[in-house]
Amino acid sequence: MRLSSDQLIVWQHGFVVLNGTIAFTWALMAVLVAGSWLITRNLATGQQRSRWQNLLEITVIGIVGQIGEVGLGNPRKYLGFLGTLFLFLALACICNVFPGYEPPTGSLSTTTALALCVFVVVPWYGIRDQGLGGYLKSFIEPTVIMLPFNVIGELSRTLALAVRLFGNMMSGTMIVAILLTITPFIFPVAMSALGLLTGMVQAYIFTILACVYIAAATGGQKTTPATTP
Amino acid sequence: MDTMTAIAIVSIFTAGLTIALGSIGPGLGEGRAVANALTALAQQPDASATITRTLFVGLAMIESIAIYCFVISMIVLFANPFWNYAIAHAART
Repeated sequence: MRLSSDQLIVWQHGFVVLNGTIAFTWALMAVLVAGSWLITRNLATGQQRSRWQNLLEITVIGIVGQIGEVGLGNPRKYLGFLGTLFLFLALACICNVFPGYEPPTGSLSTTTALALCVFVVVPWYGIRDQGLGGYLKSFIEPTVIMLPFNVIGELSRTLALAVRLFGNMMSGTMIVAILLTITPFIFPVAMSALGLLTGMVQAYIFTILACVYIAAATGGQKTTPATTP
Repeated sequence: MDTMTAIAIVSIFTAGLTIALGSIGPGLGEGRAVANALTALAQQPDASATITRTLFVGLAMIESIAIYCFVISMIVLFANPFWNYAIAHAART
């Protein structure tokens, strides 16, 4: 039994191996990029606009609203990273409805890469907002005794992010695969519907947790009231 | 009983034990979380959006503990590192 799409070899030439994870990730990236390009090619500002532009606006405004609710002031600054993260994870989960597709987030490599992105981006935003000294001071925040715990927490939450997403997506596909051998007709459909729900929730959780970490690193919010239109 | 059989027995037993014990705690925790969220919803229906959002985030975080146990049991069953060691050991002798 395959544990993840890493072992699914799509194409191989010499020592260059293209496994399922990379292939599906590239496909998702192509869909996202092509979709964004097609929608933003002719944006309208009047009353008449295409339905795809409506979809885009709903998505962007929804993500900005959610980021703002978590406590990040000036959400537009973080929209590029967090929005991309959410869109990729959500699409990776939704595409589960296509037969033959295996979510690339069901592989520990992908989730580790995403968690490492969060791991790098949190200090970056923190240093940019508070300066190097201000960010480093947040490690000894209550007292100096908390320094090792803060450092360990920084590392362990990256691990937790990666393993949580991987476990959820992997268990979804694995449960369906196991059920197909036991009760092949109706029950796997219900379980894959549940898998869609948990996948979306996990995409949301991943984004919100990254958001919370950034909010913690940028240190309380100098909220800019009444600037949001 | 050779080494491979012993590893197989212990692996299967441990996988079952891991998921069994590891789902007790998150089960109790999720039950408490949902019960308290329902109480809060009944008292303050206006805050339902915030409560539901926080509930989902909290549930996913509690559930991730059970997911960790699941991942461990899957590793023990399908990607057990001791298999390779035992196979290499058997090949050498």
